[in-house]
Amino acid sequence: MIYEGKVWVFGDNVDTDAIIAARYLSSVEPHELARHLMEDIKPEFPDLVKPGDILVAGSNFGCGSSREHAPLAIRGAGIQCVVARSFARIFYRNAINIGLPILECPDNFSMLRSGIDKLRVNLDQGVITDLQNGRNYQAAPFPTFMQEIISAGGLVEYVQARLKRESP
Amino acid sequence: MNSSSGSTMVEKILAAKAGKDRVKPGDLVSVKVDLALGNDITAPVAIREFERFGLDRVFDPDKIVLVPDHFTPNKDIASAEQAMVLRRFAEKYNIKHYYEVGRMGIEHALLPEQGLVWPGAVIIGADSHTCTYGALGAFATGVGSTDLAAAMAIGEAWFKVPPTIRFEYNGSLPAWVGGKDLILLTIGRIGVDGARYRAMEFAGTTIDRLSVDGRLTMANMAIEAGGKCGYMQPDETTFAYLKGRVNQPYNAMYSDDDAVYEEVLSFEVNNLEPQIAFPPSPDNVRPVSEAAGIELQQVVIGSCTNGRIEDLRIAASVLDGKKVHPRVRLLVIPATQQIYRQALEEGLLTIFIESEAAVSTPTCGPCLGGHMGILASGEKALATTNRNFIGRMGHPESEVYLSGPAVAAASAVAGEIVHPKEVIK
Repeated sequence: MIYEGKVWVFGDNVDTDAIIAARYLSSVEPHELARHLMEDIKPEFPDLVKPGDILVAGSNFGCGSSREHAPLAIRGAGIQCVVARSFARIFYRNAINIGLPILECPDNFSMLRSGIDKLRVNLDQGVITDLQNGRNYQAAPFPTFMQEIISAGGLVEYVQARLKRESP
Repeated sequence: MNSSSGSTMVEKILAAKAGKDRVKPGDLVSVKVDLALGNDITAPVAIREFERFGLDRVFDPDKIVLVPDHFTPNKDIASAEQAMVLRRFAEKYNIKHYYEVGRMGIEHALLPEQGLVWPGAVIIGADSHTCTYGALGAFATGVGSTDLAAAMAIGEAWFKVPPTIRFEYNGSLPAWVGGKDLILLTIGRIGVDGARYRAMEFAGTTIDRLSVDGRLTMANMAIEAGGKCGYMQPDETTFAYLKGRVNQPYNAMYSDDDAVYEEVLSFEVNNLEPQIAFPPSPDNVRPVSEAAGIELQQVVIGSCTNGRIEDLRIAASVLDGKKVHPRVRLLVIPATQQIYRQALEEGLLTIFIESEAAVSTPTCGPCLGGHMGILASGEKALATTNRNFIGRMGHPESEVYLSGPAVAAASAVAGEIVHPKEVIK
């Protein structure tokens, strides 16, 4: 899968309270959650972000709570994928489990201009292209096991296939 | 890896539950879970996903625990509807361990108390503070709602085996300094991603002498350093706690003497001051002497971190005979119904009420900015909770400081952050 889109750049340690505040956790609808995405750290963001955009962040993205509402809110806003220097582990597994494409890349994209610059992300090969100058960056590829979950469409689909195999 | 070297406790537990002789950091394994836990925020999402499997039963109705603790007693209609989802699911699938309001507690205080945690167990929970149970020698880690749904269906979860960092604490804790201060010190030293993906092994003479409540506090905050889990190896203190609570056989595991650790960090605690995490991060930690003069509007004593009977006893010993500062709202939230009753019987609730604190039924409430004590713009709170990111307890322009119960109680009296010796003369 290849994603191309406008970027929104965030820093290090963007935590789950910032991504979606607890006061919105009564809803599980991605579109409803998306209306409050990053609200406490960037109040105008829900109005600025558009379907097809790409989120770029520093280290330890998604740290804090296990709330699956965090990747759901991001996906609900139509963000195609998240590229970060590193991910907090519960956010990482939640994103894979719900089918939100993510990529860990040690390179620094913080110089990109939010809302203006564009990236191309090749998820299978783990290659990221800066479309302003054509430079390529290599991200860490997924382990095979996780690629199976993603290619099944998420953990539920993966488990459904297994249940089918196991039932007579 | 040298094949003749030993394994850590977590490597041994994961190997056993994955049906393998041994595992090493980086291996991907699918393990059988002993317990799968969800709450009123995370279980509704899990239940919706579980229903897509079209199953008429869960993998084992006695190994699923559902605790409505975040937005309960029901905060509003939406929260009531979510709590109803849990209730109906528990009825439909015969879930034994469903705890209703009036019988429940904050999940990570409730489960050990109810004998649902034992050494060698694999416990997953759709809540980041599931790591708490490592204090009793289990492998316990937070997962997402979809992971919980899969576990409820097939009784397994996938994991990458974590490397282990060993933290050694030696010396005697000074008065008023406890498990919370040790873990804040640690997170301050290594940062919110200092143990990312790692297992954190807590050891040393200080830990040997630490109570179970203090150990649960420390393991609770492993996630704040990014840890996959945090644990203490079982010892006499552990077994004494488990006796009479856990009625089934368990297999305690221990790190080998030649286990391989990614890193070993040491802390000398003889002169440790109580620690404070300044906003806006749990790793912004400084000794209490550097927090002088910070005026407070609210203090919270409670949560899965520090809402246990030992924490309440400490707070009561500071508050006894004193009044909460006129500017301050002190909220005291015993973490479970049993702790609440015990606090009542020991006269602690009387001390809190006389001091003009507001005492609540068990709930996570204000810790995550849910209800029961939300902050307005410009307000500062000191809490015995576990996170203080922007907006954590209310308005984005409110601030939260984190501490142990002794400092929280003393600061409620003083109206600003102080060492308990300023209040207990």
